Order: sequence, then C-alpha cells, then structure tokens
Amino acid sequence: MSKRDVSLTVNGTAYTVSVYPMERLLDVLRAKIGLTGTKEGCGEGECGSCSVLMNGELVNSCLVPVLQAEGATLCTIEGLAGENGLHPVQQAFLKCGGAQCGICTPGMVMATVHLLNNNPKPTLEQIREGLGGNLCRCTGYTRIFDAVAAAAGTRR
Amino acid sequence: MQTRVVGVSVPRKEGPAKLTGQARYIDDLSLPGMIFGATVRSTIARGAIEEIGFGEGIPWHEFTIVTAKDIPGRNVISLIMDDQPCLADGMVNHPEEPILLLAHPDRHELAAAVAAVKITYKPAPSIHSIEESERREHIIWGKDNIFKSYRMEKGDVDQAWKDAAWMVEGEYSTGAQEQLYIEPNGVIAQAGSTTGLTIWGSMQCPFYVHKALVALTGLPGESIRVIQAETGGAFGGKEEYPSMLAAHASLLAMKSGRPVKIIYDRMEDMAATTKRHPSRTRHRTAISADGKLLAAEIDFATDGGAYATLSSTVLSRGTIHAGGPYYWPNIRVNAKAYATNTPPHGAFRGFGAPQSLFALERHMDHIAKTIGLAPDEFRRRNLLHQGMTTATSQVINEPIVMDQMLDRALDLTDYHAKVKQFAAHNLTSSKKKGIGIGAFLHGAGFTGSGERYLNALVGLEATAAGGLRVLVSSTEFGQGTNTILCQIAAETLGLEYDDVSMAPVDTSISPNSGPTVASRTAMIIGRIVQTAALKMRQTLIDSGLLEPSGGREQFLAACQAYRKQFGELQSFSRYEAAPNIFWNDELYSGEAYGAYAWAVYMAEVTVDITTYSVTIDDFVALQEIGKVIHPVLASGQIEGGVAQGIGYALYEKVVWKDGRMINNQMTNYIMPTAEDIPPIRVYFEEVPYQYGPYGAKGIGELPMDGPAPAIINAVVQATGIEFNSIPLLPEDIFRAMTAEPERPAESLETALAAKGSQ
Repeated sequence: MSKRDVSLTVNGTAYTVSVYPMERLLDVLRAKIGLTGTKEGCGEGECGSCSVLMNGELVNSCLVPVLQAEGATLCTIEGLAGENGLHPVQQAFLKCGGAQCGICTPGMVMATVHLLNNNPKPTLEQIREGLGGNLCRCTGYTRIFDAVAAAAGTRR
Repeated sequence: MQTRVVGVSVPRKEGPAKLTGQARYIDDLSLPGMIFGATVRSTIARGAIEEIGFGEGIPWHEFTIVTAKDIPGRNVISLIMDDQPCLADGMVNHPEEPILLLAHPDRHELAAAVAAVKITYKPAPSIHSIEESERREHIIWGKDNIFKSYRMEKGDVDQAWKDAAWMVEGEYSTGAQEQLYIEPNGVIAQAGSTTGLTIWGSMQCPFYVHKALVALTGLPGESIRVIQAETGGAFGGKEEYPSMLAAHASLLAMKSGRPVKIIYDRMEDMAATTKRHPSRTRHRTAISADGKLLAAEIDFATDGGAYATLSSTVLSRGTIHAGGPYYWPNIRVNAKAYATNTPPHGAFRGFGAPQSLFALERHMDHIAKTIGLAPDEFRRRNLLHQGMTTATSQVINEPIVMDQMLDRALDLTDYHAKVKQFAAHNLTSSKKKGIGIGAFLHGAGFTGSGERYLNALVGLEATAAGGLRVLVSSTEFGQGTNTILCQIAAETLGLEYDDVSMAPVDTSISPNSGPTVASRTAMIIGRIVQTAALKMRQTLIDSGLLEPSGGREQFLAACQAYRKQFGELQSFSRYEAAPNIFWNDELYSGEAYGAYAWAVYMAEVTVDITTYSVTIDDFVALQEIGKVIHPVLASGQIEGGVAQGIGYALYEKVVWKDGRMINNQMTNYIMPTAEDIPPIRVYFEEVPYQYGPYGAKGIGELPMDGPAPAIINAVVQATGIEFNSIPLLPEDIFRAMTAEPERPAESLETALAAKGSQ
C-alpha cells in the first residue's frame, strides 16, 4: 500500500506527515511527530492509555486510522501545560496522588480534561463514568477521583 | 519523634515528568540504527523440537535470526536454580516457550515473519494442574515434579488432637492472576565491540538482569551495564521476567551489531510472562471448648509452571504466612511447589501470602460457624499479642494492636448492627447482603537470612548543583521509592526535600541495594539511607568543614567545600541486621522477618441473585505499618492493593487450555475499572519499629493479602454458601445457587422465595 500525506494540527502546531492510510494515530503521534507522552497499554481500545482529544472529543488513538484525523485538531498530554506551569488537572493529580507509575496518567488526565470541559462540576458517579474507559492498575482510582474533584474546584 | 519532611505528603519526585508526558518509558526511547526484535514461541505444551523451517514469501536475508546455538555463554536465565533456558534447545516444556528470535528494521514486518517460522514437534504428555503433577504419572521436572518442599513445625501437633473439642477441616484454592501493569514488558539492548553490552528496560531488579546476562554472554560483569527506564507498573511482574527479555534483545544485538528493541504487545505479555501461582490449601484444625486454636495441620501446594524460577521463595513466604496473625501452640505446615507445563508462575505482590492467607481467613470463618462463635469473636480469642510466638516461634517484641484494630473496624463498619440487619433483610430480598472480615499480617523484607545474603549497599553523594543525590538500585515503578528515600535523607540531614534527588538506576553507577521486592524498600533501604546520611554528616564534621551544630546552609556549603578540596563527597552504608535476628533455614524457625505489618480489612457486599453479580458497597482497611513516611503515597498503596485484591477475588480469571492462557486480552481478562471500585476507607495505626527509618515498616504487599478473604467471607454470609475458591465469578455463584445436591436449606428457600418474588 502506498503512503500519502495527511495534515493535522497537534497542540497548536500544523503537521503534514507521510503515512500509510491505515496507520494508527497513536503511532503517528509517537513515531512521526515525536510526541511520546501518549502511551500504548493494550492496542485494542480497552485501557485508554492512548486517549487524546480529537476535535474536542476523547478518542483512543490506537483505534483511529490516521486518515480519519485528516484536518483534525488534536490535543495530547504535551499540549496541556502552559507558560504558567502545569494545567490545573495536572496540578490536582500531583497534589492528590492521582499518578503512581504514570503510564495511564496521560490518558487519565486527557479523559479528565474532556470530562470537565463537558461537565465542570461532575458528581462522583459522573467522574466514575467519565473515567470508565481508562484503566489504572496502581491507584485503585480513589485518588484519581479526588484529583478530578479537586480540579473541578479550581476551575470555578 | 517530631519530623519535618518524613510524614509529610510532599510532591512525588518524578510526578511532574509523568503528568506532562515527559517521563521516558522504554518504548519512548530510540537509538540510532535501532531495529526491532520478536520471539517465536512454542505452540505446544511439551515435546521435542524436530525441525525448524522458514516459510516462503519472507525476505529472510533481511532478518537477524537467533537460536540457542548463538548463545555465547550458558543457555539459562540465571536466577536461583538455573533450570530455565533462554531459548528452548531440543525440548519445549510449556506453551509460549521462546525458541527462536527475529529482528528487522521495520517492526511491521515482524508479525508475518514470526508466523512463517514453522516448527515441527514430537509432542510429549503434559500436565496442567497441581493434582496431575502430584499424581506423577508423568514426570516433567526433576525426579518427582517438586521444585521445593518445606516442613515448618512448632510444638507437637500429633499430641494436640486428643485435647480438641472440635476438629475442623477445609480445602481452599486460588487461581492464577495476571499482574497487568499497564506498560507491557520491554527492553533495548546495544552491543558494542568496545563498550560492552548496555540494556535499558522496564524492570524492578537491574542486578538480576545483570547476573543473568553475565551467565548468558560469558562477558565480565564490568562489560554489562543495565539501566532502568521509567517503569509503568510492575507488581512483581517485572521482577524476574525482564532478565529473559534482556537476554533475548542482547543476543539479537550481539548478532546484528545494531541496537535492538523488543516491546511485547499486550497479548504476548499476558500469554508468555509470569502470573501469580495458583494454590491449594488444606486445613485441619484442633479447637478447644473455649474457642482457642490448639493445633493446625496445613498442606499448602502451589503450581509453579514449567521451571523453578522463584517458586521456592514464593512457597516460603506462603508457608510462613499460613498461620496468619494468630497464636498457634502447635502448627505444622507441609508445603510443596509443583511443576506443570504452563509458563512459569512468578512474583506478584504478596508473593505466596495472599494464597495461604485467603485459605486461612476463609477457614477461620468456617471454624467460627462450625463451633458457633461469631467470626470477630473467634478471631479475637486467638490473635497474637506482644510477647507471644508466631508459627515460626518468633517472639513478637513490639506491641501488637490487632485487638484495637479489630474493635475499630467493627465500630467503623457498625458490624454487629449490620450482621443483624442483613440477616433480616436477606430473608426477603433478592439482593443478599453480607459483611466479612480478613485479619492478617505481612512480613517486611527478605525472609529469614535473606537480607544478610543480599547485604544491600546504599550511597549518597553531593552533587555539583549544590544538593545531594541518593544512589541505589532500588527502583521506582509507582510505589514512591524516589520520594520516600529523598524524604528520609532530607529529614536525617536537616535538609529540604528539594535538596535531595535520585541518581538514575544504572548498574554502572548504582550500588547494589538488592531487588525492589518484598516490601523491603522503605524499611530496609530507607534505614540504610539514614545511616549513609549520618555517616556523610560525620565525615564533614571530622574534616573540620562542618560544625556539629551546623544547619542546612552550613551543611550544603560544607558539601561543596569538601567537593572542592577532595573532588567528590560520597557516603556508602551497608545493611546491618537488627540485633537478635536468628533464622534456621533447616527447621524453618526463628525470626522470619525483622518486622510485620498488621491489618484488619472489612468488606460489605451485595449479591444480586438475579444477576449473581457481587457489588462491594463499602471497604474498610485498617493497618499498622509503623511510621507512615508519606500519607498520600501510603494510602495510594493501600487503595491500589485493595483494588487488585478485589480483582483477585471477583473478576480476574485466567482461562487455561492445555497450559496456555486463552483470554490474554484486556477485553476478556477483566480487571476493576473506575466504575467497580467501592469507597475504600483507609486508616493507619502507627507503632514505630525501632530498626526502621523513623519507625517505618513495609507496606507494599500488605494490602494484597486481605481483600479476597474479607470479600468472600461477606459473600458466604450473604448467600449461606461456603465458597472456597477464587476468583468467584457470577457464573460460579449461579452454579452453586442453582445446583441440585446438598445445600443449606435456608439459602435454597430464600433463593426460591426471591425468584418467586421477581
């Protein structure tokens, strides 16, 4: 199969990459664009470690053929922290102990950002549901829930 | 003791890097000219390799191909017994056993090539359970299929039966469990003609990898360098297996002359790497008329898989913990680890203790019911107290607060009221409720003489940047090693937390502080960090650069002055055993561990007998772990361990077919999600341990031991059915509740009543 060019915007920067049409968005982000913050945990859309925002929606980048991202605006974990330091969600995870080994963390943070973008004051049940597609083996989720609640508080 | 830095929830050292995506895990690293490796594995459980063929349509000349014949040194993964080959040569002994290695510059070319390697076998009979192994119809390992046996004995068990008012028996079993770290195993190897061999990898124990590579390559130790990459979860699953992976990548790198990366995908990781040992425990217990334990005869058996690997030490910890937190005047444990034709089972948080403690704590409830005592009261009558001896005849000299924790647990859960309330509720509802107890202990550090053999070395050095850094081979993989060791150093020296950092874990610069396992890092390594810090301060005082009363600024200035004068300032300390630690490896008696953590866990469940699913409504975890170094990290350890314990009890079932895991995907091997986890209420009691840093003991493995028995005890209370095996899935509950033969009449009636009421 021949390669073709795909244009997309990641964290505010425009890229045109030469790809196989069915290449996974995850691999393009990591290997072609060099943004290795997005992680692969299972490759089948179960663990959510590869979660990124595509046109504002939360997607498992391991399940997105890169052609589908043609013209899309993407936000990855590298796009969150600004000149003033960590994003409030990142700060809350740091303070509350929401990250242990860190491998699910980028996806978990992106899922949290997505949740709070759509529901700035989620209930505990809504937090559980919002993070239901992101597996964490270290924390037992409790401190992640705390972090989401804390971040929601700081976003007033 | 008042502390400034220890006991405070400072930010995790590597936290910002992890939160911003800047932390570099093994698959995030790349070297110039790097190619990719893959493994051709056995498709049968046992047999002789007759021929290896290379199918058509693959440009084989582009591939680097490695077989056992390419191994320059010994074809073993050196660990304890050296029985496991790096690559099968002649015989295979389990499905997924590595036979041949391939490498190619394009990782997408590998899958088709692996599939095109055709291996013909002459199959041999294989065995797949403890029962088949102990029948010895087929001997697959050694003379008798037994990797290791222990006999641990205290008192005179045989004499005790005659005094018993009750004799209660039970059999309990636990399944395999996958560690399921979210980052699969991975490694990069680089072999240079002058630089030797360098390994980067996701791992717990860089010096285990180093040892294995020395045996495999025949290279001198100084030519091999092992560097830990950021590690995305481990839980024991990256204790011994990374040695295998590093060996494979090294062979490919040595043959190809190029750096080689091997990253397992999830399916390969789950099918081929280690899991928790399945177990079977038989209890026979003598109890006095007043509800005191008189004697135990315990038969503990584990399934070790096809090679010995760590089975002997897992069995050891399971054996020692088999008596739990109770006083046994007489106890005998006969323990055996059996060989089967499955991939070797290995280290997983708890390391044998979750297995034998599940059996014991289920059995305690079973006894309580049999003799007509409440589960809490029966336990209370038998708890260990200060000055009593454990099953290994170790006198516990520190205060034991199990009674207080049991009281508090009953209080926090409103236990007695709930038991009554649930009994009434369950008569009419199809949602049966129960509340269960798990009481347990967990020894910190290597067992018996283990820490003396390890003889851990720890270093501290002044940096050019004006601070200090800790030099250890103790790895961070989420538990908080980096953070707590810096806290301890800062506390000891009157410094700020930010003054201290961690040196990379790299065998070319790190002293060997031993493996990062066995709940030993905080208690054992933390203590040595403290000693090294005090020694460094003394060096500065002795050199005249620091006044004995000098504070932080003076100390840091003195470090720099010393560096200017002498080039570098380093301080190394070794493990020193606490006094009065004696262990007899022959008799299995004495001080099994320097200290124990103690705990009482309570689970409240609902069993829906329409769907047969179990929901955990509340979970209370009380533990005594000595001084809590970092409250947020410590709670995180407990909550994470409880979640894994919930999975162990209720969800995580490895489905085997002829020795192979066939549900090796996250889609069909189910771990708890954010929607499954109950509120977990964590409480710490602190009884400082004299020989731990600021009184700290071990914590990491403890929370894995208690959830499963607490949960299953609650399910038993809810349903009236004696479930004695985990994992306990809805289909198991369904089968038990709808089965025809013998069942407690009450549960049958309530089940029928509930069904009729729908």
